[in-house]
Amino acid sequence: MKTVKLTVSALAIIAASTSGALARDQIQSAGSSTVLPYATIVAEAFGENFDFPTPVVESGGSGAGRKKLCEGVGENTIDIANSSSRIKQSDIDTCAANGVTEIMEVRIGYDGIVFASDINGAEFAFTPADWYNALAAEVVKDGALVANANKTWADVNAALPAQDILAFIPGTKHGTREVFDTKVIEAGCEATGALELFVAAAGGDEKEGAKKCMNLRTDGVSVDIDGDYTETLSRIDANKNAIGVFGLSFYQNNTDKLRVATMDGIVPSTETIAKGEYPVSRPLYFYVKNAHLGVIPGLKEYIEFFVSDDMAGPNGPLAAYGLVSDPELAATQAMVAAETPMGPLK
Amino acid sequence: MTAEATNMRSSLYKTDARTKRRNAAEARFRVYGMMAVGFGVLALVVLLSTVLGSGFSAFRQTFVTLNVPLDAQVLDKQGNRNPAEMAKVTTIGYGNLLQAALVAELTEKGMHPEGMKAKDIGGLISKEAPAQLRNMVLANPDLIGQTVTFDAYANGRIDGYFKGRVTMESAALDSNVSPEQLQLADAMRANDMMAMKFNWGFIFGPDASELRPEAAGLGVAILGSAYMMLIVLVLSLPLGVAASIYLEEFAPKNRFTDLIEVNISNLAAVPSIVFGILGLAVFINFAGLPQSSPIVGGLVLTLMTLPTIIIATRAALKAVPPSIKDAALGIGASKMQTVFHHVLPLAMPGILTGTIIGLAQALGETAPLLLIGMVAFVRDYPAAPPEGFMDPAAALPVQVYNFTQRADPAFIERASGAIIVLMVFLLVMNLMAIILRRRFERRW
Repeated sequence: MKTVKLTVSALAIIAASTSGALARDQIQSAGSSTVLPYATIVAEAFGENFDFPTPVVESGGSGAGRKKLCEGVGENTIDIANSSSRIKQSDIDTCAANGVTEIMEVRIGYDGIVFASDINGAEFAFTPADWYNALAAEVVKDGALVANANKTWADVNAALPAQDILAFIPGTKHGTREVFDTKVIEAGCEATGALELFVAAAGGDEKEGAKKCMNLRTDGVSVDIDGDYTETLSRIDANKNAIGVFGLSFYQNNTDKLRVATMDGIVPSTETIAKGEYPVSRPLYFYVKNAHLGVIPGLKEYIEFFVSDDMAGPNGPLAAYGLVSDPELAATQAMVAAETPMGPLK
Repeated sequence: MTAEATNMRSSLYKTDARTKRRNAAEARFRVYGMMAVGFGVLALVVLLSTVLGSGFSAFRQTFVTLNVPLDAQVLDKQGNRNPAEMAKVTTIGYGNLLQAALVAELTEKGMHPEGMKAKDIGGLISKEAPAQLRNMVLANPDLIGQTVTFDAYANGRIDGYFKGRVTMESAALDSNVSPEQLQLADAMRANDMMAMKFNWGFIFGPDASELRPEAAGLGVAILGSAYMMLIVLVLSLPLGVAASIYLEEFAPKNRFTDLIEVNISNLAAVPSIVFGILGLAVFINFAGLPQSSPIVGGLVLTLMTLPTIIIATRAALKAVPPSIKDAALGIGASKMQTVFHHVLPLAMPGILTGTIIGLAQALGETAPLLLIGMVAFVRDYPAAPPEGFMDPAAALPVQVYNFTQRADPAFIERASGAIIVLMVFLLVMNLMAIILRRRFERRW
């Protein structure tokens, strides 16, 4: 009987503490796994140097983070959504419907997407057209669209090594895939002239034609990786012929295992991306719920610290990890200081 | 000849064709059995050897021993020894201090490599060290002005060199470390400025970002898991035992209780992610409990563990011989007295075993935690219970998952190290289950 009494009182204590004050004193953020390492680096330094608790950073993907941000206002919802792609109109509409009217868009810098193979393998110098001709379902041959029959990279472009085509590309749930699709496949589609033929076949409908460009081969030469870059790396380790798609920061942490390929003759690095020479890059963002500024302690300090020159500047720790510093960082700092919410999407 | 043949067939000493076939079948079955066991053992050996082989190194870490002069000019300009004023000096200031101290010490000992930049020398020290030094000084301002001996973590790549993960060849290709730095590290180790020690920080320290894998630890995750297990135990044991006693001993046997029984068995087989979705909807969105907190994790895991405990408890109650119940009822005990004085104590070993196995299962669960925000970077320790139940925390299996996702190769050994810690916890729990069963088991 004693045990029963004990458990009942324990239950009561838990219930009491549950219904007690729920004031949250740490910042909560969620979203893109690409932004995650940068966010953790800043969160760690913030916790060390400020009198506020270390912010909690969750991963889960850009879309999931934005969805969580738009769940509503209040301490049970997150303050910041990390995102490796720009917020969508549908997200803004959901936000507005749930009372999240003011969102601040903070661009922290740029991320490069690199193509790399095993360190002991051959050198590659790609163009987007090579990738299109290697991976697309239909390619141009003698002015007509035919099913892709290229077996080796030399079939695609005589200047490339005669190595079997095998590419590990990010799965469709990744933000990286979107960049790969638009900056590489779509660009290659246009460069090879396939886009023109697709548009003509669709009766002049440009959207429909561009969609056709994205159809990749399904005969096993292009493999979607739904996990993270560590999975891509271990797949390359097991398959020395393959070429993988990585984030620049991941490559910089594994330069002893990977050989990076050039794109349009440019070697990817923070410098070439900052200058806009390397074509495959994308901006990284986080979105802040303005209603939480001044409610969650330290939120504004954290955002200001994130975009400060000490952190996101060209010599800061984020750049050391692989983030390409934003040349317009000063404008972002001014925007954060003024707490300007983002306007409608252009 | 024929007579002899019939004689031989009936002899017990000579096996006939049919017996041979039967014996062969048995021998084959034994081989199959041994093969099955052998396969299992092989898989276990491969798993354990890979995990142990790559994970043991996580428990040892390279440290740099440094004499750091804590210059009052740098750390406390006003000279008031007021921690609020001293906090203005950030970790960057402390980092410069450490770098200067290391350069000075190397120059003094004549080990300063010619032409090596101070920044590259400072790169041997972990970025965690400035934060540790700063906390040390802020906690004890009297240290300012003295020269303290400080054990700093060595950079993850240097540590990887001594563990064989980084070689001179790979360093030449690596953008984060140079062969010159490794040569300096060799020289420092020969001069006792660098040493490998057991790393308590890996067990008790908090997680760290990707810039400092050498400092990442499991402290927050262990604490988070412990809090959740406490909640699971306190909630699911009484609820599960009460439910099973009622269902087993008091409830009428009708269609309704049959339905409940089927449902409980079904719930035990429901994928754990479903409980995560339930937790998100009910505990976070409806009840308004904080995200990433052990209380929500504990409640979700309680729901997941309850069916296991109920099934185990009912089996244990059923295993108590009816003669004992009949005897108690026969001398006039009430039904409740019978259950609580006789049946329950006898069923206790079985109940405890079921509970511990249920807890062990909950301890290793990751999927439901994904949805309630516990798969996160959490660096602050949760407070002491009960307030701590509301603070964000990680969990051990989640930490393994987080470590495997990171880009720096040093996290591979830490993931395996975290698996070792998790397995030790599971082993201890399962041993407890076995010992409890052995000690309290009664045979009739």
